[in-house]
Amino acid sequence: MFPKPIEKSSATVQNLYKVALPFALIIWLLPLIAVALTSIRSAGDLTSGNYWGWPTSFNMVENYTAVFTNSPIAKYILNSFKVTIPTVLGVIVLSSMTGFALGVYKFKANLFVFFLFVAGNFVPFQILMIPVRELTLNLGVYNTSTGLVLFHVAFQTGFATLFMRNFIKALPYELIEAARVEGVSEFRIFWYVVLPLMKPAMAALSVLIFTFIWNDYFWATVLTQGADTQPVTAGLYSLNGQWVAAWHLVSAGSIVAAMPPVIMFFLMQKHFIAGLTLGAVK
Amino acid sequence: MSSFAKYWKANQVRLAPWVFLTPGIFMFLMYVIFPIFQSASLSLYEWDGLGEKEYVGLRNYVELMDDEAFYTSLKNNVIWLVLYMLAIPGGLFVALFLNQTVRGIRIYKSLFFFPFVISQVVVGLVFTWFYDPSFGLLNVVIQSFGFDPIAVLADERFVTYGIIAAGLWPQTAYCMILYLTGLNAVDPEQIEAARLDNAKGWKMLWYVILPQLKPATFISIVVTVIGALRSFDLVSIMTDGGPWGSSRVLAFYMYEKAFSEYGFRMGYGAAIAVVLLGIMLVYISGVLYKMYRDEKGL
Repeated sequence: MFPKPIEKSSATVQNLYKVALPFALIIWLLPLIAVALTSIRSAGDLTSGNYWGWPTSFNMVENYTAVFTNSPIAKYILNSFKVTIPTVLGVIVLSSMTGFALGVYKFKANLFVFFLFVAGNFVPFQILMIPVRELTLNLGVYNTSTGLVLFHVAFQTGFATLFMRNFIKALPYELIEAARVEGVSEFRIFWYVVLPLMKPAMAALSVLIFTFIWNDYFWATVLTQGADTQPVTAGLYSLNGQWVAAWHLVSAGSIVAAMPPVIMFFLMQKHFIAGLTLGAVK
Repeated sequence: MSSFAKYWKANQVRLAPWVFLTPGIFMFLMYVIFPIFQSASLSLYEWDGLGEKEYVGLRNYVELMDDEAFYTSLKNNVIWLVLYMLAIPGGLFVALFLNQTVRGIRIYKSLFFFPFVISQVVVGLVFTWFYDPSFGLLNVVIQSFGFDPIAVLADERFVTYGIIAAGLWPQTAYCMILYLTGLNAVDPEQIEAARLDNAKGWKMLWYVILPQLKPATFISIVVTVIGALRSFDLVSIMTDGGPWGSSRVLAFYMYEKAFSEYGFRMGYGAAIAVVLLGIMLVYISGVLYKMYRDEKGL
């Protein structure tokens, strides 16, 4: 293990490390702690300039209630779910198939198709912006969740294919061979042999895609407008414009908006980290 | 058995991959691959998004070469690219700091990773307050040392660096997690062998550990370059390109030109996007080349 395990150091170094850990963490998360603190302050604290001192009163319940009653944030969050969940499902379905095709079969165009997905996934969004907006308008799904879902599914399929394909490639190929010898059809091999083995990859990918899509801001501004369809990232930005100087509300809103991916991360931590590295570091 | 079923049975191993690929390829072509070419072709037109497209040849590109705002954006993109790379040694440093087995270290690792999980909109808002000249924490600290407050986001000299610093926060967290997993896979026997040879500290890191972390470094570079060139969210949220357009980057400038309040200039926006893609293509081909070599086992 590198660096040298701290248990092998002197007691002083060990204690120093134990002090340094929380200290470093506080510095690292300081901006976030500040927001969390601001979100429970009273408006009075802010007008009197008490931004960093001890709050004169704890208004957690009031502020968070205010955010939900004075703003369409509940609607924004619902919109985010309406975009995120179908996208995750769509990506999983498409990419388990593409990943299976590219991971199991040897055919001439295999590497070319694979690289097409990988390269497309690295492209800067902006080059897609105008045509995708046109396409969305032409399909009649501009300013709907469906419009966002269709694009996200298509784009994320690039990354997800890379991910699934690498995972499937690492599975024992003999399983598939054996099934073929038994006369099992290719579709049944996919459904009964490979798919059950892909569960860990699917879990990791779901968490990852969930976070990516929940946090998307660019496409939300390009393909939607107005509180009826906008997801919470775009919504938060417009609330920030409306609540000038009402920092306690903006911070409470930010915390609310950040919650779902954070909860997801903590619940599925193992999968999340596996996901980040599986798709990436082979 | 119908002739179709017979044909299928005889050829299914050859046909099945295409059946599985069709939906994915269809979506990807429609939403990703075709639009790239559509944008490239659109950059040769003048179009307000509604009326007729007018073919203008390379005029948009010629105009770009005289566009001061374009050069500002390009210069800022270069600054982004260079400074964003700090996330890689930064991430490695944090990973080394956290790669221990003391109690509760898992929670620490997760909490350090936090900035990457939350949306860039939230990161942008958080740092906007952090920089605020009247009450932001940064200026509280600066003033406590007796200096004048700095309005980071309103000052042409500092604004881009201020935004990059905000972006480095989640990006460092990302690289950290990549390195943490990389460190997990480092071969303990090699470390022991090197220790017997009296290697330690920097020497050990440079000659023994880093070579083994190559895959993590590679992917960190890839995601950091992409992150730097895609930088749109933070600019849009923290400054909206200001003051006076001094914090624009290509991604943002393109959006502004295409959908600005002074009339849509889709063709011009597309031309900017093509330039951005050109920069990115250098990296994409590098990545694909490396992957190709890995696939062929070279």
